[in-house]
Amino acid sequence: MSYTIKGTDGPWEVVIGLEVHAQVISKAKLFSGAATDFGAEPNTQVSFVDAAFPGMLPVINRECVAQAVRTGLGLNAHINMVSRFDRKNYFYADLPAGYQISQYQHPIVGEGTVEIELPDSSTKPIGITRLHLEQDAGKSLHDQHPTKSLIDLNRAGVALMEIVSEPDLRSPEEAGAYLRKLRTILRYLGTCDGNMEEGSLRADVNVSVRKHGEPYRTRCEVKNVNSVRFVMQAIEAEAKRQVEVWESGGTVEQETRLFDAARGVTRSMRTKEDAHDYRYFPDPDLLPLVLDEDWIAELKAELPELPDVKKARFMQQYGLPAYDAGVLVAEQATADFYETVAAGRDAKQAANWVMGDFFAALNRTGRTIVDSPVSAPNLSKLLDLIADGTINGRIAKEVFEAMVQTGHDPASIVEAKGLRQVTDTGAVDAAVERVLAANADKVAEYRSGKDKLFGFFVGQVMKAMAGKGNPALVNEALRRSLG
Amino acid sequence: MMLTDLTLAAARRGLGERAFTSRELTEAHLAAIEALNPRLNAFITVTGEQALAQADASDAALARGDDRPLTGVPIAMKDLFCTEGVRTTAGSRILGRFVPPYESTVSANLLRAGAVFLGKTNMDEFAMGSSNMTSAYGPVENPWKRRQDADAVLVPGGSSGGSAAAVAARLALGATGTDTGGSIRQPASFCGIVGLKPTYGRCSRWGVVAFASSLDHPGPLARSVEDCAILLGAMAGHDPKDSTSADVPLGDYQGACGRSVKGMRIGVPREYRADGMPEEIEALWRQGVDWLRDAGAEVVDVSLPHTKYGLATYYIVAPAEASSNLARYDGVRFGLRTNGKDLRDLYERTRAEGFGAEVRRRVLIGTYVLSAGYYDAYYLRAQKVRALIRRDFTEAFARVDALLTPTAPSAAFVQGEKMDDPIKMYLNDLFTVPADLAGVPAISVPAGLDANGLPIGLQVIGKPFDEEMVFAVGAALERAAGFDALPTIRADSVAGQPPPPCPLPQGEGELPP
Repeated sequence: MSYTIKGTDGPWEVVIGLEVHAQVISKAKLFSGAATDFGAEPNTQVSFVDAAFPGMLPVINRECVAQAVRTGLGLNAHINMVSRFDRKNYFYADLPAGYQISQYQHPIVGEGTVEIELPDSSTKPIGITRLHLEQDAGKSLHDQHPTKSLIDLNRAGVALMEIVSEPDLRSPEEAGAYLRKLRTILRYLGTCDGNMEEGSLRADVNVSVRKHGEPYRTRCEVKNVNSVRFVMQAIEAEAKRQVEVWESGGTVEQETRLFDAARGVTRSMRTKEDAHDYRYFPDPDLLPLVLDEDWIAELKAELPELPDVKKARFMQQYGLPAYDAGVLVAEQATADFYETVAAGRDAKQAANWVMGDFFAALNRTGRTIVDSPVSAPNLSKLLDLIADGTINGRIAKEVFEAMVQTGHDPASIVEAKGLRQVTDTGAVDAAVERVLAANADKVAEYRSGKDKLFGFFVGQVMKAMAGKGNPALVNEALRRSLG
Repeated sequence: MMLTDLTLAAARRGLGERAFTSRELTEAHLAAIEALNPRLNAFITVTGEQALAQADASDAALARGDDRPLTGVPIAMKDLFCTEGVRTTAGSRILGRFVPPYESTVSANLLRAGAVFLGKTNMDEFAMGSSNMTSAYGPVENPWKRRQDADAVLVPGGSSGGSAAAVAARLALGATGTDTGGSIRQPASFCGIVGLKPTYGRCSRWGVVAFASSLDHPGPLARSVEDCAILLGAMAGHDPKDSTSADVPLGDYQGACGRSVKGMRIGVPREYRADGMPEEIEALWRQGVDWLRDAGAEVVDVSLPHTKYGLATYYIVAPAEASSNLARYDGVRFGLRTNGKDLRDLYERTRAEGFGAEVRRRVLIGTYVLSAGYYDAYYLRAQKVRALIRRDFTEAFARVDALLTPTAPSAAFVQGEKMDDPIKMYLNDLFTVPADLAGVPAISVPAGLDANGLPIGLQVIGKPFDEEMVFAVGAALERAAGFDALPTIRADSVAGQPPPPCPLPQGEGELPP
């Protein structure tokens, strides 16, 4: 069922395209040697180039170019061997030069695709129009002084990748899936940390609505939305607003809007009439950026295995269903964790443990996979203890809980708590005998045809053995005794 | 012979032979500045104390055998080059109190070569002008006088007018300039000295206050071709801090000055003629052709068919880049700030007060030609024509080694002339602009005097990165011309006079009203 907005005179389709600004992971800025660490004291990471002092000139940072190329490769996109930097001119206090160096007509990366997964496990290709490199601006702080605005230029000149999608998205869910998938790819590539709270990933959302089969109607751009959830909410709010405008006989004007998350509405920021004339022109301080085929081949060879490929491999190599594989590859760290646990073991069982008890424990303790109390080697050892019959599945859950609490390895927990599985048939037989004797009425019912009671006997025997009974032996002994 | 009369090359030899010290040489120039600058206004800032300290250090270096290409040689820096700890105004009020915390690559190269800096020379505001009349620090007087009208105050040309006047009047052995549309060669021609605009990318633009990035060429001014060659050798070189700097090995420029032009092919472009250009300039040009032919060069007529579009192209490209380059002077981080009721008001007041009329005019033109709806018709078309102008040179240089043209369509004019009509003023750059648009090296060499006794220069244009050829041909012209006329106002003309009553400010000049 495709997503629509219900109008008074029928359903409206929503057309969405995203412009994502991703801060490049690099030690230095796009055109200067200043550092890029988040959270530094204001104005401590500013070179004379960043502050646009007279006579200062930009010099492209090779690593930022490499990051853009890696990202382009990760988006299955065309890498443009020649690209160019342009100046986007406008005045603002946190834009020191009075222009932003960006790529307007000739971006470094051209068309590509991102596959998104839909809730029904099907996939949909979303077109990438382009990716270009540009400088970030500084930050204006209007709430630090009663009468003055303060400027922090730490961010000024930091490299951003603007990744523009085709208007291929048709619902808030698809937009959310796209943004999450893009973030996953960027994190795999190590080209952007994807941290939306710190602003290293921000989205401008282009939204329009139309009746089925119509050409595109006028779009509005909702600027600077900084979480996946807000992107989805902003789309819904903006689409509903546009439907109301059209249905009340009005016309949607092309404009820039802001999303007010508290009130769940978008409001106008700038109409087309006040749109800036940015007077783009090629930056005469920079030569065209010419890439070398061999260098691109080198970067390509060094790329990590990307999520789509990894997912396919997980399905094929470990026999996992698409859903499980998708969940496990969403984060590189999770995939690595899983592969450590699955190595040489029952891959499906490993997936169940990682996605089940392990994820639940992380959620419960508020930890992440990186600082998890249960390490991948320890979870592996736990699976080995189950496999070699040292403990049974039920005890394993208890051991796992102890691992979450203490971080200890499972073997020492089993020893310390005396949880080793009882495989002595004599002990099992004795326990079975005791349980049957104490439940003569149930035995009679079972024998008269109430087969379901078998489970009750298993439970009683296990209880009698403090949970340590070998389930196979218990079953076998019960079956024998009950005839 | 006074120390101030020496060529830079001769001063180098004298210092090397301990005929005099750098302190003596520097003091002689500082005394000349003290005597003449109040009249000429060639320097905006004089750094006497720093110069003497550098001179003493040079003498110590020479004494221990540390002899570099410019050790102990006093020169002047155009006030467009950022100099660490020394006010750098770009001839503008908006940078009236700007003291850069860094040294431009060119001035750093010169310091490393041992040069002594006498001070910062006057210039048209942000290098926008051909007369030095747009400086916020007052006009510069050309040290040359008309024979018949000795009271008329002439312009030194521009924008490197302060550098040209200082070198002509013997206030410095040489100076740096920048040439965006002719700003080294035209003032050199007006002041009877030599000025070289090297190939684009030969001298780093890092630390040079930008006017038009794709056109700005730092280069030397001096009283001989050889002196310019020595200076260029010290200024030039690849600079990783300037992305447009070229990684092309330097030539033997000084050596090239002695090279014969025998067998070289010299092109004479038929398009370098202007309406109303004085016949004596045409005559001098023909004379130049004869000199080179007599020296053994083969002279060939060539055509640079797009020359006539040069000026129009230049006055679109240069203001476009300037309008963007000058956006940083907003009163927020450095330079002049005039507070307003809000940010926009602050911008408007600061820039209205800080920029003079010519700068404002060019920012307006530049903003216009880049605007939506006008970009294709102006800026984009100008870029296409620029490519054609460049191709003209490439095609000509397939046939010849160098081109010979006049430098400017006139000799120096009177202060205040041509001020009513900016187009008239822009016509000064007619013959110099094409080499800037093409980025090719060009030199102006004084070749004769007009009927008024004012110097006229001839221009030699060479292939990209072939400054050696330009120096060789320039030096051949220089030898043939035997130009030995002297400006009326010069250091030895005031020898023996008492120093003026008011000593010059050291380092900190007054802000203009």
